[in-house]
Amino acid sequence: MTIEIPKLAYTGKIKEILLGQEGNNITVGGESCYPFHLFEGTMPHPPKIAMEVYDSVPEDWPEAAIEPFADVIHDPVAWAGKCIDVYGAEMIALQMASTDPNAENIPADKAAAIAKKVSDETDVPLIVWGCGDVDKDAEVLRSVCEICDGRNLIIGPVAEGNYRAIGATAIAYNHTVVASTPIDINLAKQLNILLGNLNVSDDKLIIDPSIGVIGYGLEYTYSVMERIRMAALTQEDERLQFPIILDLAKDVWKTKEVKLSEEEAPLLGNQKKRGILFEALTAQCLLMAGADVLIMRHPEAIALVKESIEELMNRREG
Amino acid sequence: MGLSGIEIFKKLPKTNCGKCGVPTCLAFAMKLATGQAEIEACPDISEEVKEEIGEASAPPVRTVIIGAGERAVKIGGEAFMFRHEKRFENPPVFTLFLSDKMDEETVSDRLTRFNNAVYERVGVVMRPELIAIKGDSGESSRFEALAAKVCRETDAGFVLMNEDTEALSRTVRACSGRKPLIYAATGNNLETLGNLALEFSCPLAVKGNNLEELAGFAERLVGMGLKDLVLDSGARTAGKVLEDQIIIRRSALMKRFKPFGFPTIVFPCEMTDDPMKEAMIACQMMTKYGSIIVLSGIEGHSIFPLLLASMNIFTDPQRPMTVEEKIYEIGAVDENSPVIITGNFSLTYFIVSGEIDSSRVPVYLLIKDTEGLSVLTAWAAGKFGADTIGVFIKKSGIEDRIKHRKLVIPGYLSSISGELEEELPGWKVLVGPREASHLPAYLKQLSQQ
Repeated sequence: MTIEIPKLAYTGKIKEILLGQEGNNITVGGESCYPFHLFEGTMPHPPKIAMEVYDSVPEDWPEAAIEPFADVIHDPVAWAGKCIDVYGAEMIALQMASTDPNAENIPADKAAAIAKKVSDETDVPLIVWGCGDVDKDAEVLRSVCEICDGRNLIIGPVAEGNYRAIGATAIAYNHTVVASTPIDINLAKQLNILLGNLNVSDDKLIIDPSIGVIGYGLEYTYSVMERIRMAALTQEDERLQFPIILDLAKDVWKTKEVKLSEEEAPLLGNQKKRGILFEALTAQCLLMAGADVLIMRHPEAIALVKESIEELMNRREG
Repeated sequence: MGLSGIEIFKKLPKTNCGKCGVPTCLAFAMKLATGQAEIEACPDISEEVKEEIGEASAPPVRTVIIGAGERAVKIGGEAFMFRHEKRFENPPVFTLFLSDKMDEETVSDRLTRFNNAVYERVGVVMRPELIAIKGDSGESSRFEALAAKVCRETDAGFVLMNEDTEALSRTVRACSGRKPLIYAATGNNLETLGNLALEFSCPLAVKGNNLEELAGFAERLVGMGLKDLVLDSGARTAGKVLEDQIIIRRSALMKRFKPFGFPTIVFPCEMTDDPMKEAMIACQMMTKYGSIIVLSGIEGHSIFPLLLASMNIFTDPQRPMTVEEKIYEIGAVDENSPVIITGNFSLTYFIVSGEIDSSRVPVYLLIKDTEGLSVLTAWAAGKFGADTIGVFIKKSGIEDRIKHRKLVIPGYLSSISGELEEELPGWKVLVGPREASHLPAYLKQLSQQ
């Protein structure tokens, strides 16, 4: 019996964004169909994973997350090096956690110096991610943009409250920005318009719809991503045709379900494997909803997700 | 779906008798059209019209029930490609694979893990639901013995898989009361298994080597009068399964292609030997349209995140999940422990309780019913103002459990603190942080005072 395959007529396409600099460029985006719907469109650049590196020794991480990095955890440069040399990281995401006013609150110039050092020593595209405090991020990320002039860093999160300050500086020093909004398609579109008005060029923009992980609002992120892709690909919503990035590891590894030991919760099984799967399965769901860049932590979770991407790009029978 | 509310209304008795639970026939028709009511509820309608309307208002993916009694599970019933379009109906059913080649000990161990894997979250019980029993030893007595053992040791529903049609028929006959899913009609055995399923009113899986073959087989079975089918397109690689699942769902929804208007069965257990990769594949199938997902084993560290993710994706987007209004004790609380109040939106509860937990400061967390709204929205809607909080605190019984009279409210509600102190004489209202992530620092500071 022959079947007529019901195909969608996509009218839009996700923009291709060139990350990094000459010699280590990576392109993301470019999809002309829903995630992995390769029977009716193309995904020229399969999703990428950026490995996390912290600007200071992280607190409160479960043992399983520290273990792979125990020898480099005091030194962001060495940490990034290990991610690239040992774990084959395609990108690095430097988390500026110690700039948080509620934590160590290190000053902007000190933070920028750390970013500069990591940037100098890292030969893959580098994301520099602020602590999430709107005012402090404006200060820190502007300094980072300035001191890493011309490196085409990926700078985020850029939010409604600081997009002018960070956006303008990013343009001046030629970086890519991550437009971050709290799980709302309209706010996402609006911030993209605002950044456009500010003259951030379309090939320097990635969007972050905000993360909810398994058990903690995954469905909100999942649906807002599907809606963004639907608007971008089938409703010609030109201001939503950007690649999507998600900062997921932080939220995964702080959940109670990942922190409980096997003794405390025997029905939840092996704690290390559980943590890895909470991270990898969260990523898997986000891939199915349209993620282009995933900021991840555990090397084993990353290996699982990489393999899954390869499998999903493949159409062999079997 | 097929018929509009008005079209359905024309076929109803128009007596407005109210026996269906809806006051008027028109209102009932509207509910039928949106899938919120079942035609069976109308007692005064001919079988003929019932069938016509039932068919037209049925979801494009048929609802199929597997198993009997309390543990019977529903699959399918889907009418959308994306959850945000309205909602997904029935979460996928994670299924344990057992083979009659396994030794006694392995089977018992897997069954125990299966039976133990029961989790509760926001009042919902999550668990793997079915057991797939495969005959591949070539000895029908082993297959029958295994099926009998599973029958005895669990009340879960099951899938019977055997290429030996006679052994399969005998076993189905022996446990037909449990309404197992028969796997699988394909090629030569199509008619025999079709008749077997009809005779015992059991659901039947149909397998093709590709979508074309599957459609042909399914069409023949539908022609034989079978109603409860489950589809297997034969794909056993992640990319191909994804593609087939999308095409099956779309054909049912967009083209009303009858042979594909059924739930599906998928087999991560046959696609890898690595249990971690298997979980990844199962997760993909959970999001994209697998109905029965067969796993090689049930381990807490993989089944729990799978079930939780599935609960997330299958939550009704229009109805926020809520937790019960009550006092939650976090840690070893005593009469001096701090008291924190927030709303009953489940996400708020999980994030706040998680942060309190990681602070290691024992806390009484008071959850007030805000109808699933977040703190600010609830306040704006008049469900989280000083007056309602005051009444709730008094009747909650917290005053008998603590010596102090200090209440921490969410940072976003700072403006009501004065008013709340008036509502609660003797209490001191403290304004907590705006973001839950700042709770640990706040609590540590508070407990030092």
